[in-house]
Amino acid sequence: MSRVLTLRDSLREAMSEEMRRDPDVFLMGEEVAEYNGAYKVSKGMLDEFGPERVIDTPITELGFAGVGVGAAMNGLRPIIEFMTWNFAVLAFDQIINNAAKTLSQSAGQYRCPIVFRGPSGAAGQLAQQHSQTFESWMANCPGLKVISIVDPADSKGLLKSAIRDNDPVCFMESEMMYGLKGEVPEGEYLVPIGKAVVRKEGTDVTIVSYNKSMELVKEAATKLEAEGISAEVIDLRTIRPLDIDTIVTSVKKTNRLVVVDECWPFAGVSAEVAYEVQKYAFDYLDAPVTRVNAADTSLPYAATLVEEYMPNAAKIIKAVKEVSYAGV
Amino acid sequence: MAVTTKPKKKTAKKAKASSYSKETYLSWFEVMYRIRRFEERTLMAYGQQKIRGFCHVYIGQEAIAAGMVSALTSEDKVVTAYRQHGIALSRGLDSKSCMAELFGKATGCVKGKGGSMHFFSKEHNYFGGNGIVGAQIPIGTGIAFAEKYRKTSNLAVTMFGDGAARQGALYESFNMAETWDLPVLYICENNGYAMGTSVERTSSVTDIYKMGQPFNMPSEQVDGMSPEAVHEAMTRAAEYIRSGQGPYFLEIKTYRYKGHSVSDPAKYRTKEELQHYKNLDPVKAIEAKILADKIASETEVKAIKDAIKQELDEAVKFAEESPQPDPSELYTDNYTQEDYPFITD
Repeated sequence: MSRVLTLRDSLREAMSEEMRRDPDVFLMGEEVAEYNGAYKVSKGMLDEFGPERVIDTPITELGFAGVGVGAAMNGLRPIIEFMTWNFAVLAFDQIINNAAKTLSQSAGQYRCPIVFRGPSGAAGQLAQQHSQTFESWMANCPGLKVISIVDPADSKGLLKSAIRDNDPVCFMESEMMYGLKGEVPEGEYLVPIGKAVVRKEGTDVTIVSYNKSMELVKEAATKLEAEGISAEVIDLRTIRPLDIDTIVTSVKKTNRLVVVDECWPFAGVSAEVAYEVQKYAFDYLDAPVTRVNAADTSLPYAATLVEEYMPNAAKIIKAVKEVSYAGV
Repeated sequence: MAVTTKPKKKTAKKAKASSYSKETYLSWFEVMYRIRRFEERTLMAYGQQKIRGFCHVYIGQEAIAAGMVSALTSEDKVVTAYRQHGIALSRGLDSKSCMAELFGKATGCVKGKGGSMHFFSKEHNYFGGNGIVGAQIPIGTGIAFAEKYRKTSNLAVTMFGDGAARQGALYESFNMAETWDLPVLYICENNGYAMGTSVERTSSVTDIYKMGQPFNMPSEQVDGMSPEAVHEAMTRAAEYIRSGQGPYFLEIKTYRYKGHSVSDPAKYRTKEELQHYKNLDPVKAIEAKILADKIASETEVKAIKDAIKQELDEAVKFAEESPQPDPSELYTDNYTQEDYPFITD
């Protein structure tokens, strides 16, 4: 049995179920309690769990991220919500220098089971400071796990896994996709961290993506299908650790790869995927790996500039035709 | 959580004349003497290149560690900065595992993975030395959050230096701790210098205890060369915090006799200033007091010194003879997940 839920509802179900299951889990962040969440992800949670477990913070990202790290080292399991990952930049010291390193520094004595979550990526005409992706930033750092996803069913199962995980997890959502609807199973289930999923099987080209770019990839794959190009579509779901086996298996079948990744191109997620594929599927490639990224610029405000900056279905189709030598 | 109006702001109080037991005085002396001699051995081994990396010794600040031992319980949690050998030893970490850690050996308190700046011991509720100036202030606040969440009566002692008092993390933490009445004892060990920059050069507010006042946090300035004064201030603070009224802030005035780190010749201060503070040497002072006030005999004091000398001889020998970590340890303790797929090509 399943029902249709939005992404925000599925994320709330994940947090609420885990908070019912484990009294050590709590939610902390800006506007998460009385305001019901800036994007209503935590709507109603204050009423159910009370102010000791659903906690509004002052606007102090560094401070409350550090409070979360200390609480996690001292045995609790915090969920720290950032209104957006853009604001989490203020908290990077605590995420990178402490959450990620506590286990190593203490030689295994202090774990840091914490989830940092919030939306990542551009969300319309929000200009330079509110439009960045952070998957490659965080995934660069050993000690962290990184999940980036918008599919409602898998988001729920992955967030539950992240809350139960004994390592720090950065969980990345999307402002524009909180209303995205999908079939979500009834009852208890988990989705494992570190496993990609094939969303659509195909034979001619592999398209790898994650987060809201998946919606563009699905649109592009449908159009390509109509033109006789069969794309296999992989949703990474987890960025670190990267499920390279699923990608390599697919590339060995299709012999072509396009990576669609809203990160900036330099040392982005697409660069790591391309490295792994040249290493483990070199002899199977019939064309260079190609990628569709955000532009290698800051994102300005004007609509035409946003359009130029962002990945879209047309850019994906063009890239697929390039690797297929199909003419554009 | 509501903010309540509280009676705040206390000023520095002088310690009472020797109203402590012989056991207390001897235990303070033992803690302080151990730290002093441990740090001297550390400097010697550093000179022999047996200890590497950044290394910040606690010489001069020992009375703070001693006063804390008698004022707090072993269940209280402690987190501090990178000048941490003395605090770690005073919390009960044994000198063997600490010296082995400095030597980078597998028998160290964190298996040779942390070195001078990062001792940890869960067994001793010691949450470590943190190498990023001020980063432990929010962490200590979060440790306190967890104690309150679980409704214990424990404190989270959060220690930092005068340099860290200028970090934004302090203001963010003070604000949350006071707003949420968290059981945290903030301690600024003000040794006068943030590396080479004096307190006077870093702020127009040089009485650091005043930083608690904008948050309505009770705050005191304490003589850090006196274990009695430290003990009394921490006892007052701990009572206040355990009564559920929220955090408390102590600025403890102290002095480090050595440079910021082993590589610092400390040319930013005068010989006269250093001599002034050496005349106040807390280790010498407590020994003199114990003998002058006939709290214990010379024989008893010598027995403590001899035992510590032997303990540290054994610690250095243990550190020298211990094995280095196996290279495979590089891949342990990065994730709790046992089969984490590291990228190795």
